[in-house]
Formats: sequence, C-alpha cells, structure tokens
Amino acid sequence: MQLKPETKTKIKALLERYPQRQATLLPVLHLVQEDFGYLSDEVEELVAKELDIPRAAVSEVVTFYTMFYREPIGKYHIMACHNLSCTLMGAEKLIQHLEHRLGVKSKAPLGETTEDRRFTLTRVECLGACGEAPMMQINDKYHLNLTIEKIDKILEELP
Amino acid sequence: MEKKLLTKYWHDPNHKMLDGYLKNGGYTAIKKALGMEPDAVIEEAKQSKLRGRGGAGFPAGMKWSFIPKKTDKPKYVVCNADESEPGTFKDREIIHKDPHSLIEGIAICAWAVQSHTAFIYIRGEFTEEAKMLERAIQEAYDHGYLGKGICGTAFDLELILHRGAGAYICGEETGMLESLEGKKGQPRNKPPFPATEGLFQCPTVINNVETLAVMPWIVLNGGAEYAKLGTPDSTGTKLVGISGPVKRPGVYEIEMGMPLMTFINELAGGMIEGKTLGAVIPGGSSTPPLTPAQCEQAKISYESLDKLGSALGTAGIIVLPDDFSVIEAMTVIARFYADESCGQCTPCREGTGWLYKTMKRIYAGKGAAQDLQMLSHISAGMKGRTICALADAAAWPMEGFLRTFPEAFQKAVTPKQAR
Repeated sequence: MQLKPETKTKIKALLERYPQRQATLLPVLHLVQEDFGYLSDEVEELVAKELDIPRAAVSEVVTFYTMFYREPIGKYHIMACHNLSCTLMGAEKLIQHLEHRLGVKSKAPLGETTEDRRFTLTRVECLGACGEAPMMQINDKYHLNLTIEKIDKILEELP
Repeated sequence: MEKKLLTKYWHDPNHKMLDGYLKNGGYTAIKKALGMEPDAVIEEAKQSKLRGRGGAGFPAGMKWSFIPKKTDKPKYVVCNADESEPGTFKDREIIHKDPHSLIEGIAICAWAVQSHTAFIYIRGEFTEEAKMLERAIQEAYDHGYLGKGICGTAFDLELILHRGAGAYICGEETGMLESLEGKKGQPRNKPPFPATEGLFQCPTVINNVETLAVMPWIVLNGGAEYAKLGTPDSTGTKLVGISGPVKRPGVYEIEMGMPLMTFINELAGGMIEGKTLGAVIPGGSSTPPLTPAQCEQAKISYESLDKLGSALGTAGIIVLPDDFSVIEAMTVIARFYADESCGQCTPCREGTGWLYKTMKRIYAGKGAAQDLQMLSHISAGMKGRTICALADAAAWPMEGFLRTFPEAFQKAVTPKQAR
C-alpha cells in the first residue's frame, strides 16, 4: 500500500505552507481519507512516515476527531442532527424513519452501515444550521428544513 | 427594526464575489488601516468597545493590545470559525454571504498586531463553506489583498484555511491551537495566555468570525461611532440567530439592547400557529433558560441577560414551546456536553457523563427525588475546576433548568401513582 503520487504532491505543498510539519496533520488526514475511504493502521503508518512524526501522534489524532474513520463506511454517510433545535423541529421522527427505511440502527459517533454498503446512518451533534432545522448532512452536503417526504426524495435521487 | 452594518449588502447576490464586494466599497477599510499606525487601529477597536462575538464577550481591542510589540517570534492571527455551540449559526451565514468582509477583517487585525500569517480554523463539517472561503481567499490573493505586499504596501500577509475534523472542543481557543498544531484538541492551561504563548508558542490573537467581519465597518466609521450604538456595556450591533418553532427562524442583525420579545415576535414573526412560548435559551445551549415572564423583561444585551441569571453567549436563541418537555430539552443538552468533553479533566469527563446518565434516567421516568440534589451537587463540583470552560458550559444550563423549572423536575422524579 502506498500514498498516491498526487496526494504526495499535495502534502509537499502543505509542508511548504505550514510553519511546522505536524501542523499539516489534519489537512493530510483529510486528503488521505478521501483516497482510501478510512484510516486503517496501515494508512496511519504511511502518514506517520510521510510527515516524519511518531505513529502514536497520528493515531491519537485519528481517534480523537469524529470525522476520521477507523473502519470502512457506506458510500453515503448520513449524519442526522439530534441536537436541541433539530429535536424541537421533529428530528427524532425523521431519524426513526431513516432507521426503518434503511434497516439499520443510528448511533453516535458512528452508526450502522447497510448490508449493500450504500448508507451509514450516524447521529451527530449540532451542525450549525439551526435556523433551517431539522437538518442532516449526507457526505459533504447539508440538507435543510427536512420532512419525511423530502428525505425520501433525497435518498431516491442519490446516484 | 434591523440595524444593518455587517449585513448591509447581504441582499446582493454578487456581494460574496470580489467584484460585488468591491462595488459595495469592500477593501477600502484595509487600505485606510494600512495608512494608519498599527496602534491607532488597535485604538479604534478599543474605542468601539466591541466585545468578542464567540460567546465569552472579552473586549476585542484589548485582546489585540496584549500582543507584545517587541518580540523576535512571529505573531499569528487565528480566526475561530469552529461554530459549534448548539443554537448558533451566524458565522455560517457570514461565510455564505460575506466572506470578503471576514478576510478584510483578518487583514485589519493582522496589520494592527503586525502579524504576517493568519489562519481560519473552520469546523470540518462546513465543507461547502470551506470551499466558499477557499474561493474568496484565492480571489483576494489574485487581486493583491493577500500575499506579498498587500494593497501595494510592503506588508505581507499569508492566510491559510485550516479545516477541523469534528470536535466541539476545538472552538475553545487553546484547544483550537492544539488542533492547528496537528494534535488532539485538548485545551491548555492558562497562563500562559495565547497573546504571549499561543500557536507554536508564539504570540497569537484568536477572534471569532463575527468579531473580525465587523472590523472593516469600525475602521471606516471609527470606533467611537460604533460605540454610539447599543448600550454602554453592549455596544454596536449583533447577529442574532433564532431557531425552534417560530415563523421566521434565521439570523438578524440588530442594535444591542432590543427587547427579547420584540425580536421574537416582530423579527422572527412569533410562534408558529398552535404553539405557545414555553421557555427561551437566549445564547446557545450553555446559557440558562428564561421563563416567558423573564423573557418579557429581557433585552438582548450582555448586562440584561446576566442580570436575569443567563447570558448573551453567542446570541443563538432557541425557543422552546410549552408542549415540549424541559426534561427532554435538558437531557439533549446534557448528552451534548458529555459527548463533547475532551476527557482531559476528571470533573468534566465524569461530571458531564453523570449529568447525562442522571437526566436520561429521569427522562425515562426512573428518577428518584435524591437525583435532583445529585444534579446540583455534580454541577457545583464541575464549575471552575477544570482547564477550560466546557465543564461550566455543561453545569450552567443544568443549574439553570433546575432553578427555572423546579416543578417540572419535581414532577419528573415523583412516581406516577403519587402524582
């Protein structure tokens, strides 16, 4: 297993930009996770070597932040907010609907994945879009002012 | 009703692009600032009496003045765009509608404290917002507002956008510095304060998005002019967000001191049909709730909400209808802080966990009378005993809910047959 040459080039550019090597760790992990889908032991080792920092320094960061995954997840990561503003606007009903429709349990910090590996359903804390509650994020995109009908439509239209 | 300083051009869809921003007078404030002595810029910020908009409310100009003038170390400016306090969504709006005012504000701050490298730390989930900022930063570089010799002067400024990766605690300023250094976002003991030993052990000023984005207006119009607005202790305008079952949830810019009920009823349109106001959390989930009667007295200002035993915080108002259980609301809040405690300090790691476990038990109808005393006791044991304020942020709403809704809690721990 190796880092992609394009990724190595991007890492090099980051190292030139940042005042210290280890400071590039979060952006580097984002890049590498995009390539591999998740951060396995082997990938952590590659990152540690590339940045010339201890493997432990990489592991403790990977395990601290919820957006770094230690295991493979579905093609679409549904992150449904269950914080207060969304709960007030009916988030629990929507999450139950998603669980029922997808046949998986929602959990935090990482939920279950459907058998066909298409969806992972995670409960997340406030995503900072409370004025348009209830909301969820699917991969990079925010979906706002949700209803059950809207969710069905969004899921059906996913490629 | 609204007072638009920062949001004046937000109706203009071109304002988020450099062309539109320039047409609306953008980047004239940084040019003016670069013609002033750095200390004079700090003086304007001080005169504005602007209090940091991230929630703590520390005077921004004073923060800038703490950066040492004579030092061999590089200095850094960090913009806190890790907006994560539940109920708060104003910085996201600024990024969507006005990214250049933020970049210009960062440049003004950098000139004032003589820093040549600035960072925007944006929460990881804001992927689309990061792309918007990345594009705006590139535009600013391409037109000489960032990079070598900004605006044709000899002043260099690099601006790096840095994405977080999902951790509320990184919004705490020293947690953010740790995270920027490529570590777990666990807050640092203070002192030393970031102004002297911040990022990479160098002098660092950390300001919220809104604080920085309003700086161009302050530089153009003068700090004294800004201080004329609002109240003596809460000068200027504030972006206030409102969520929950109101007719027009969203972000509005108002002059500080507006009665809370005027804001809720007139700007947000009041409650949606069939809902009645039950309680209001005025400034993000760590601020204690207000009863409808308290809301009638409350003004949107630091001092008015302090006096009522709550706080302005981030001015993210969450409106609770009277048919929503306050026990459930507090359970959700307790879960959040338990989830987000970084685990470094025992009173916080254990305390937030116990608050959540106990609230969950009460919400499930399995609570006992002594649970209420225990909740108070745990909260008291958390406050002021940890490295950062997350433990306090979890204890304040707990104490606030117990104090404000004693009957609801009493009822919740009374066995059903005895009610």
